[in-house]
Amino acid sequence: MSAAPGRPKQARSPTGDRPKAEKGASMTTALLEVRRLRVEIPTRRGTLLALDDISFDIAAGEILGVVGESGAGKSLTGSAIIGLLDPPGRIAGGEILLQGERIDHLPYEQMRRIRGRRIGAIFQDPLTSLNPLYTVGRQLIETIQAHLGFSHAQARQRAIELLEQTGIPAAAQRIDQYPHQFSGGMRQRVVIALALAAEPQLIVADEPTTALDVSIQAQIISLLKSICRQRGAAVMLVTHDMGVIAETCDRVAVMYAGRVVEIGPVAEVIHHPAHPYTRGLMGAIPAMDEDRERLSQIEGSMPRLNAVPAGCAYNPRCEHAFARCREQRPELAPVAGTQAACWLHEERA
Amino acid sequence: MSLVEVKDLSKTFEVSAPWLNRIIENKPRQFVHAVDGVSFAIERGKTLALVGESGCGKSTVARLLVGLYEPTQGTVSFDGQDAAQAFAGQGELPLRRRMQMIFQDPYASLNPRWKVADIVAEPLREHGLLNEAGAVRERVGELLTSVGLTPTDADKFPHQFSGGQRQRISIARALATAPEFLVCDEPTSALDVSVQAQVLNLMKDLQRQQGLSYLFISHNLAVVRHVADQVGVMYLGRLVEWAEKAQIFATPRHPYTRMLLDAIPDIHMTGRARTPVQGEVPNPLSPPGGCSFHPRCPHANERCKQERPAMQDFQGIRIACHAVIEGRL
Repeated sequence: MSAAPGRPKQARSPTGDRPKAEKGASMTTALLEVRRLRVEIPTRRGTLLALDDISFDIAAGEILGVVGESGAGKSLTGSAIIGLLDPPGRIAGGEILLQGERIDHLPYEQMRRIRGRRIGAIFQDPLTSLNPLYTVGRQLIETIQAHLGFSHAQARQRAIELLEQTGIPAAAQRIDQYPHQFSGGMRQRVVIALALAAEPQLIVADEPTTALDVSIQAQIISLLKSICRQRGAAVMLVTHDMGVIAETCDRVAVMYAGRVVEIGPVAEVIHHPAHPYTRGLMGAIPAMDEDRERLSQIEGSMPRLNAVPAGCAYNPRCEHAFARCREQRPELAPVAGTQAACWLHEERA
Repeated sequence: MSLVEVKDLSKTFEVSAPWLNRIIENKPRQFVHAVDGVSFAIERGKTLALVGESGCGKSTVARLLVGLYEPTQGTVSFDGQDAAQAFAGQGELPLRRRMQMIFQDPYASLNPRWKVADIVAEPLREHGLLNEAGAVRERVGELLTSVGLTPTDADKFPHQFSGGQRQRISIARALATAPEFLVCDEPTSALDVSVQAQVLNLMKDLQRQQGLSYLFISHNLAVVRHVADQVGVMYLGRLVEWAEKAQIFATPRHPYTRMLLDAIPDIHMTGRARTPVQGEVPNPLSPPGGCSFHPRCPHANERCKQERPAMQDFQGIRIACHAVIEGRL
């Protein structure tokens, strides 16, 4: 299930026009398709290109992890998909397709109906994504009624069921409590219930466990995983924690300076990373099952958006960089089990 | 003799409602036992790591050690000298020179309106170590070089640096007085993994070169495994297990330690079935009676609910658990 969807599209011409037949084929496999997505942020000192030709897709029932360091553009990708880019950020090119239907240029009202109904969102901080002035129940009931047209009593019943499914004890009583009466982990369960309220096909989860303790993180991850499996919902899980990715996802996309540098099945990317950045990232993570005197470190830090180097953005930090890396930008290409954007593999092929 | 010895350290904070509310609503005064009877020692040149979830009191221990809080009970002795007494009297500056602290958030712990040169030189001036401008400048350059920055960085402001570089600046500032003991409160949790690796490597190098001792506070067991010599696990203000690093990771004894180790998502365990973790950390205002972990513990029995286990020596480690001591586990 995991490895297949991304592959056949490699044949596509880089200009973005696809043969009709292939479009038909991809509609059956991919729930979400992101094609050459570009996001710009105009500033007084010129326009910054925050996402640069991002392409990936997610099949129904699949969990795609998106990792990268802060500033790589992972959260921005999520915001672009749910149509919540903060102005002045804007989509400058490419397309986002949900079940073959473009959603990147929809008017606000239409997008609002898709958001919540077909795409659910879970954000990092469970305290700020709930309204502190309303009871948990009121927020859930409002969402359910807005999207599903239930009566109040039906919606309340449904809200209690959702809270039970997400593992909140005594849901019937707790539904009338306010967010501050819940602990961090419990709040994140409420946020998940809220995201699932209208049974969306796609869930964008932006660092859903980063604000939580490890023991609670483990509970939330397994909850998210089991609920998505049951409902066949596709999930885009944005996180900087490779451990979370390893345990949760089917495939993983590694982002660096606004580009996807490697994408492939989780086991492949973790055990046989093809891109030097992914390799560096893996070496930098202290592991639980080995003793090393020193962690391998990547020198320097990610470039700022106003100073992304020419060619491959990683070239100043890359120990294998050669002339071509400084001049020409590599595109994603199949390497063994994954796809990586790196000239090293081009040379060998 | 150990460099730092902590005996029966406790810190209580009052969290009562305001006086008028207490009178009108007839509410009692409330106290939270942030740290409750913690004892440990840190050897010279070694690293003790304290781990635990948020609210377990690990940061309070760090602050008690450097004298940012006064202990409610118990003592901290540094190189055989009582720290509380020293902080209160004449010995304050000489003692502070020997212990420094690195904070979690490199964005909040550096004054944005000061140049790096002033930030790093502040301890030098404060302790009267160097007064002449040229000498200060030279020492700042040395310190910046020792943490992997360049002397020319001294003329920049903190906002011109990335998170990892800022954390290097706070390390340079902490090293300015040539301390023997550094308290590091989650020094890398605000950083990205590749930058975290740089900072952890730097801290290890400095320890080797200058014979530093660390108290390393973290919630990340993988990081702890990388840096620590001994590990103390805290739960609700109390130390529940203390052991050498190798031992605690190979054979964790306390059920809470086991649970923590089990809960870490590990990149090499793709697809592993998790042991479901039960429950959440209870409210520290009304901790459960007996062993405070018993509501979440799969091995709890009547005794665990009634009687609080004391920390005791057991097969080379120190542990507070009835089940382990009785051999039930």
